Amino acid sequence: MSHHLLSWLIWLPVLGAVAAVVLGHSNAQRARWIALATAIATFVLSIGLYCGYSAEAGSLQFVEKYLWLGVLNVHYHLAVDGISVALIVLTSFTTVLVLIGAWSAIEEKVHQYVACFLLLEALMIGVFCARDALLFYMFFEAMLIPMFIIIGIWGGPRRVYATIKFFLYTFFGSIFMLIGLIYLYLKTGSFDLDYLARYPLSLTEQIWLFLSFLLAFSVKVPMFPVHTWLPDAHVEAPTGGSVILAAIMLKIGGYGFLRFSLPITPDASHELAWLVIAMSLIAVVYIGFVALVQEDMKKLIAYSSISHMGFVTLGAFVAFELAREVGAGDAARLALQGSMVQMISHGFISAAMFSCVGVVYDRMHSRMIKDYGGVANTMPWFAAFMVFFAMANSGLPGTSGFVGEFMVIVASFQASPLIAATAAITLVVGAAYTLWLVKRVLFGEVANPQVAALTDINAREAIVLGGFAAATLLFGVWPAPLTELMDASLQQVVQQLMHVKV
Amino acid sequence: MGPISMADLLPLVPESFLLGSLCILLLADLFIRQSQRAVTHWLAIAMLLLTAGLVWRASGDSALASTAFGGMFVNDGVAAICKIFILISTALVFVYAKPYLIPRRLFQGEFYTLVLFAVLGMMFLASAGNMLTAYLGLELLALPSYALVALDRDNGRSSEAAMKYFVLGALASGMLLYGISMIYGATGSLDFASIRGALVSNAPHPWLLSFGLVFIVIGIAFKLGAVPFHMWVPDVYQGSPTAVTMFIGSAPKIAGFVLAYRLLEDALAPLFADWRGMLAVLALLSLAIGNLVAIAQTNLKRMLAYSTISHVGFLLLGLMAGTIEGYAASLFYAVTYAITATAAFGMIVYMSRAGFEAEEIDDFRGLNQRNGWYALLVLLVMASLAGIPLFVGFLAKLQVLKAAVDSGMLWLAVVAGAFAVIGAFYYLRVIKVVYFDDPPAEALPAAPADLPFNLVLGANALALVGLGVLGGPLMAWCVRAVAG
Repeated sequence: MSHHLLSWLIWLPVLGAVAAVVLGHSNAQRARWIALATAIATFVLSIGLYCGYSAEAGSLQFVEKYLWLGVLNVHYHLAVDGISVALIVLTSFTTVLVLIGAWSAIEEKVHQYVACFLLLEALMIGVFCARDALLFYMFFEAMLIPMFIIIGIWGGPRRVYATIKFFLYTFFGSIFMLIGLIYLYLKTGSFDLDYLARYPLSLTEQIWLFLSFLLAFSVKVPMFPVHTWLPDAHVEAPTGGSVILAAIMLKIGGYGFLRFSLPITPDASHELAWLVIAMSLIAVVYIGFVALVQEDMKKLIAYSSISHMGFVTLGAFVAFELAREVGAGDAARLALQGSMVQMISHGFISAAMFSCVGVVYDRMHSRMIKDYGGVANTMPWFAAFMVFFAMANSGLPGTSGFVGEFMVIVASFQASPLIAATAAITLVVGAAYTLWLVKRVLFGEVANPQVAALTDINAREAIVLGGFAAATLLFGVWPAPLTELMDASLQQVVQQLMHVKV
Repeated sequence: MGPISMADLLPLVPESFLLGSLCILLLADLFIRQSQRAVTHWLAIAMLLLTAGLVWRASGDSALASTAFGGMFVNDGVAAICKIFILISTALVFVYAKPYLIPRRLFQGEFYTLVLFAVLGMMFLASAGNMLTAYLGLELLALPSYALVALDRDNGRSSEAAMKYFVLGALASGMLLYGISMIYGATGSLDFASIRGALVSNAPHPWLLSFGLVFIVIGIAFKLGAVPFHMWVPDVYQGSPTAVTMFIGSAPKIAGFVLAYRLLEDALAPLFADWRGMLAVLALLSLAIGNLVAIAQTNLKRMLAYSTISHVGFLLLGLMAGTIEGYAASLFYAVTYAITATAAFGMIVYMSRAGFEAEEIDDFRGLNQRNGWYALLVLLVMASLAGIPLFVGFLAKLQVLKAAVDSGMLWLAVVAGAFAVIGAFYYLRVIKVVYFDDPPAEALPAAPADLPFNLVLGANALALVGLGVLGGPLMAWCVRAVAG
């Protein structure tokens, strides 16, 4: 089994999804249990992957490689490095909590709901394992279908608009990446990511390829100015959909930069780093201010996600300035590390924030901030959790939210104090919109009779929020397991981006 | 040409079998009572599958896979793949057609015999090695098709569609024949190999050739339904009984491909530089008009008609590359499109009832609430048509895009990619109607409990995922077939 661990991680959720639909279509409870058991089993397997992975080497491990589509030289090629392992564990962990969180919130078509999430899990794990560009692309695109269904069936009133917008935006972004990949294939005869990373390309080619990758991944992250699908999708999606979207699907954009743009087109990434850095800073600052004025809790968190993801892309591309202009390899690694820690940490925190909104939405059926007020009086436990996550979201030291942002800011200071100073504005703005949200929702007098009638979280919701809180706190005070896991792999990425290919 | 020998007849065994059994069926059907009409139905399916088996057996046997009648009839790999998929998709059409035909009093032997004659025509077309064989095959396909469109003779719209199809089809045949006559005038031959030889050695009468080529490309474009020769497609798709639309929308696309392949590659390959530009214009217009106009459709059959037009645009991308990979990509596109289209129309048959044609997209409202399994099948078919990865439609699009990039038409690949996104919208809209909308208030009568129909349709739709994941051997087979 250990030889095919990655295949098991991908195919087990698929089998679980089929079982949940076939056996659970007449019995919702059975579908829930099948799905939960599958998700837990997948999580256990991913822990096995974490334990079996030796981080010191930083090399690709658990390799599986078979010829798949011979005509196009496409391989079923799976392997993981430290970065992938971290993201796979995040994926399987979040899926378990999402299924628990939806236990009683979803009543309609339960078997289809859980099957969609399991399929999504399989495809996301596939994205993180794929070492073949076309295989990556297939997982990357196929993810759209389950998410499309999730938002469209179980979403809010404007779900159809939101889900079609989500689908078409992402599809539009990635089709040009496909053409870029075809171009690369015709040039090199291979879709193998490691081979493509070594293959020399002229600067013009690299720039066009970089732009095609940028279009695909910047929509996914999402970066300013192609972020407009995200608030709609988040607002309309059911809680579980928002959690997966924020916690993992956005990360796939950042992961894509690390796997495609940086290694395959390092010189173009260097040339155009200013563009991505500028887009990231706009996201960090401007979108932060946009978040401030939102009246819908989910929309506020969605904008806050875009702002936080700005740090991910900022860290990844500031690394070029550091490695190539300043010659500070260690600082480049710190920037990449910060960007990765930010991805994982934002996965926990944004998932937790959306779960918090889900908890009160299930009781009040409103996401509008003005409908709340004084929730802390009736839901003290909930308030404790939400305040904790709000602190983490605004980057309080001692939570994982602090670690990533701090690393990126420190690293970018060496590239340019101006970049660091601009990025640091978020520490103020982020605190402003998050704390103001908390103040308006949780504190003050009990606003209306509905709030007065609220009941505190039950055990199931406590498991979900407690799980996210534990992870946030763990990596906040002790990020070493995470950084050690990814350190050697990130070192390799730094080497790839130092490598001049022209 | 000497007397007919046994060596000439052996490659024709599958066609002879189909013709012979077809004649028997034609006669036998006269003596079958209406209540026993299912016998005709099953005999027809058995004939198709047996013929497919014979083609399959012959394709592995080099003695049988050869030319006959002095090169008029060619049995190569491309012919074998095309024939097998024409036969299989027609068998699917028969299975899906039965529950549609019975309540409409169209369950007659004529439907089966007309379709089988058209299939025979397509088989000859697939094996054409001579302008005459190609033309005869094409006409043998076209004439029964005109009659099929008018099968529901009391329906005004069917008759109108048939008339339109006949007039425009005759015009296109005339154009093709005119083009053939000019090529004959310039090269002095009707045989593909000799035409090609003459073009290579001494390129005679360039202006005459170009003139003839234009007419031939117009004929091909009409048969494929490429813009601007697509006007018949939406009306015929919408006007025909769904069972007939299903047939016209599937196997004849393979025939259209093979017609283009035989004429442009086998005979006129030396004029590549001339026809490539024409195909590029056709492809671009088909992608644009097909995808944009499909968005505005509310009638599902009409939407699928415009969708076909856009798929023809993709198919042409592969042809215009003029390479082995390009032809193989188009071949793969054509055969997989045929089985996707049968499943799509099978869904319409599933939703139709006596006196109720489920032709409007709105008729599928809330299908997921009533039947999750069929909703899933609609999802699979639409996702495959949209070209989402892990579905066979993606592999098909991937290969034609690759062929376009490979032939140096990167811009066209980019445009095609953009239109694929636009196309995704109207396929998504069908999924949206099925999954996100509420079902209509009045309950519809239960779907026909036709076990073979349900089993085959399920298998057909699942095959789209199966081929999307395990399509490697079929892709390799297409490349081998074209490479010879």
